[in-house]
Amino acid sequence: MAAPAIQLTDVSKRYGATAALDSVSLSVGEGEFVALVGGSGSGKTTLLKTINRLNPPDAGQVAVAGEDVAGQPPHALRRRIGYVFQEVGLFPHLSVAENIAVTPKLLGWDAARIAERVATLLDLVALPREVAARAPAALSGGQRQRVGVARALAAEPKLMLMDEPFGALDPITRDALGADYRALHERLGLTTVMVTHDMAEAVLLADRVVVLDNGRILADGTPADLLAHTTDPAVRALLEAPKRQAERLRERLGA
Amino acid sequence: MSPRVAAAFELLPEYLGWHVLLSVSALALGLVISLPLAIAAARSPRLRWPVLALASLIQTIPSLALLALFFPLLLALSLLSTATIGRGFSALGFLPSLLALTLYSVLPILRNGVTGLTGVDPAISEAADGVGMTTRQKLFQVELPLAAPVIMAGIRTAAVWTIGAATLSTPVGQTSLGNYIFAGLQTENWVSVLFGCAASAVLALTADQLLGLVETGARTRRRGFVIAGLAGLVVGAAVAMAPLAGLGKPAAYTVGAKNFSEQYILAELMADRLERAGASHVSRKEDLGSAVAYRALAAGEIDVYVDYSGTLWTNVLGRTDNPGRQAVLTGLTTELKRRDGVVVLGSLGFENAYAFAMRPDRAKALNVASLADLAREAPKLTLGSDLEFLSRPEWKAVDGAYHFAFKAKRSFQPTFMYRALAGGDADVISAFSSDGRIAADHLVLLSDPKAAIPPYDAVILISPKRAGDRRLTEALRPLVGAIRVEAMQAANYSVDRDQGKVTPAQAARALALTSAQH
Repeated sequence: MAAPAIQLTDVSKRYGATAALDSVSLSVGEGEFVALVGGSGSGKTTLLKTINRLNPPDAGQVAVAGEDVAGQPPHALRRRIGYVFQEVGLFPHLSVAENIAVTPKLLGWDAARIAERVATLLDLVALPREVAARAPAALSGGQRQRVGVARALAAEPKLMLMDEPFGALDPITRDALGADYRALHERLGLTTVMVTHDMAEAVLLADRVVVLDNGRILADGTPADLLAHTTDPAVRALLEAPKRQAERLRERLGA
Repeated sequence: MSPRVAAAFELLPEYLGWHVLLSVSALALGLVISLPLAIAAARSPRLRWPVLALASLIQTIPSLALLALFFPLLLALSLLSTATIGRGFSALGFLPSLLALTLYSVLPILRNGVTGLTGVDPAISEAADGVGMTTRQKLFQVELPLAAPVIMAGIRTAAVWTIGAATLSTPVGQTSLGNYIFAGLQTENWVSVLFGCAASAVLALTADQLLGLVETGARTRRRGFVIAGLAGLVVGAAVAMAPLAGLGKPAAYTVGAKNFSEQYILAELMADRLERAGASHVSRKEDLGSAVAYRALAAGEIDVYVDYSGTLWTNVLGRTDNPGRQAVLTGLTTELKRRDGVVVLGSLGFENAYAFAMRPDRAKALNVASLADLAREAPKLTLGSDLEFLSRPEWKAVDGAYHFAFKAKRSFQPTFMYRALAGGDADVISAFSSDGRIAADHLVLLSDPKAAIPPYDAVILISPKRAGDRRLTEALRPLVGAIRVEAMQAANYSVDRDQGKVTPAQAARALALTSAQH
């Protein structure tokens, strides 16, 4: 059997007296789309960042594709993992095309291959090719996050880490971008771990939902499984909120 | 064009060339020091505070003092290196100026560097890590480009400060645009002072505008602006420094001068004689501080200059007694030779003594004719002195002998000291007996019944390494005993007066003619 895409074993991280992660173990299989859900301070972002060593744990082991990440140079590890976050962080002094080309350039790809890849990615994230020469400041919020996704995908990673990627976008853009990304996940055979505080988004996009609270995993399963079997009142409340919301919406809009 | 402006323009290539060379070198060195320091300080908050505090502390030292402090420091280092590796270096001129100005340029670049680097948006910094940049790649590809406009603004500030402060390198013996200002201040040649200020301001503004072009280019990411600005800077600096290539030939002799008219005139007189004796190129180091001049001569930085027996007796040898004019001269000749290897070639024939001077009407009204009378009236009077007199041992000797209790004591540039006396801001001044303004203003010199003030015969001093140079000694020996005090007063006045003033070189030629008649 192949090693899981990600394997966390007894991972802990403390900030002073508070435990951000309290001996968490989690296995993510290849091709899975996992949503990490929880309130602020639940440890979901900390957990995500232990995977690409942006935030190395105090104890425990993190393995990506069967290899312990602690034994690898962080920059080499990160070039193999796509990373998208809410603030996007496009380099303002580089054009859209240069932003997308950053990781391939670091990996030493030749110019022709990079140019071809940039064009492919613009198509893939549904951006017109003419934005390539523009500065990030000249784009809308949704376009910027599409560039962020394209940049993360540029070096053809198999694994994508996303930290509230669509959190700052308006609802329509958010919905469209979420659906587009889910399609990409399928088409490219990616493994995706996405942090969100929004259970509705998690249920709509992910195959599997992991609920965190106070640095521990409260629940872990498909949305339907969780709703059927969870006894924990907090998890139930989290899951039922979007369901109730959907029902109320249907009533009020008379559909 | 007026002859004074024309004379100023004639000196411009040399002064400007040195000024630009000094400023460019100091800025370049300042960049080399402060950029890595800014990067380290931006990385480490623990380093940041002490580094910025130290740089700010340096900035609070007055620039003139900072320049002056490097001279004794370098002199000590030079002596140490002579003692250990057998080779010294010049502690005067370019090196102390360069080091002081470099320190001065550090703060703005450092502070803006730290601000620029720590001001990079954390999201962008996280993205740089996330895409897989190493620390170095992040620095060069993200942090420095984003901080570039702020760093450039710091470099602009540093450039303007450095160009302005470089005018202060004149008193430590480095030619700069400050020569116009310092010499002009001494000889009341306001055209020269204004010319120096204007030249330095134009230079600073030009550099600021060109660097501003680079900054705009960095901020708006327009490469054309950056290239145009840099090209302007390089071409401008090269053109300004080009005349220095012609000055590159080593000087056969260096003649020193302190910072007043008589010294300029005597330096010109000696330089002229050396050139007539066949020396290919005689350079001048003017506007040296009183203590700097003797140490520079003893260290061989300058070959010859004129000092005064009383000054050497009290300040160099630390003597407080006054054995009489001839005994002081004889004592100096043997002591300076024995102690420092400095040769006293001989007295020029006149004294430039400290002499207390009053306006005739005031002296008459108060019935003051001697220092003893002055002590009686002192509580009602204000003493005006030059900048160093009150801290010199001569003042302590006079004060010790007569016990003055002045109402107030004020220090002035010599030029302004006479103005203060004329205008009533001072009642009595520490004048110089060879000053032409004493006769011109009909000032009364007070007698010294207790002989507290030592004699001040002007003597030619020759550096230890030129002690055996026959061409030098033979060229200058005819000046010994050849200059009467009236001739010197007339020469000084021709430079110092308001109307129809002449340059020190012209005054020196006139003085050479009158002294040759004796």
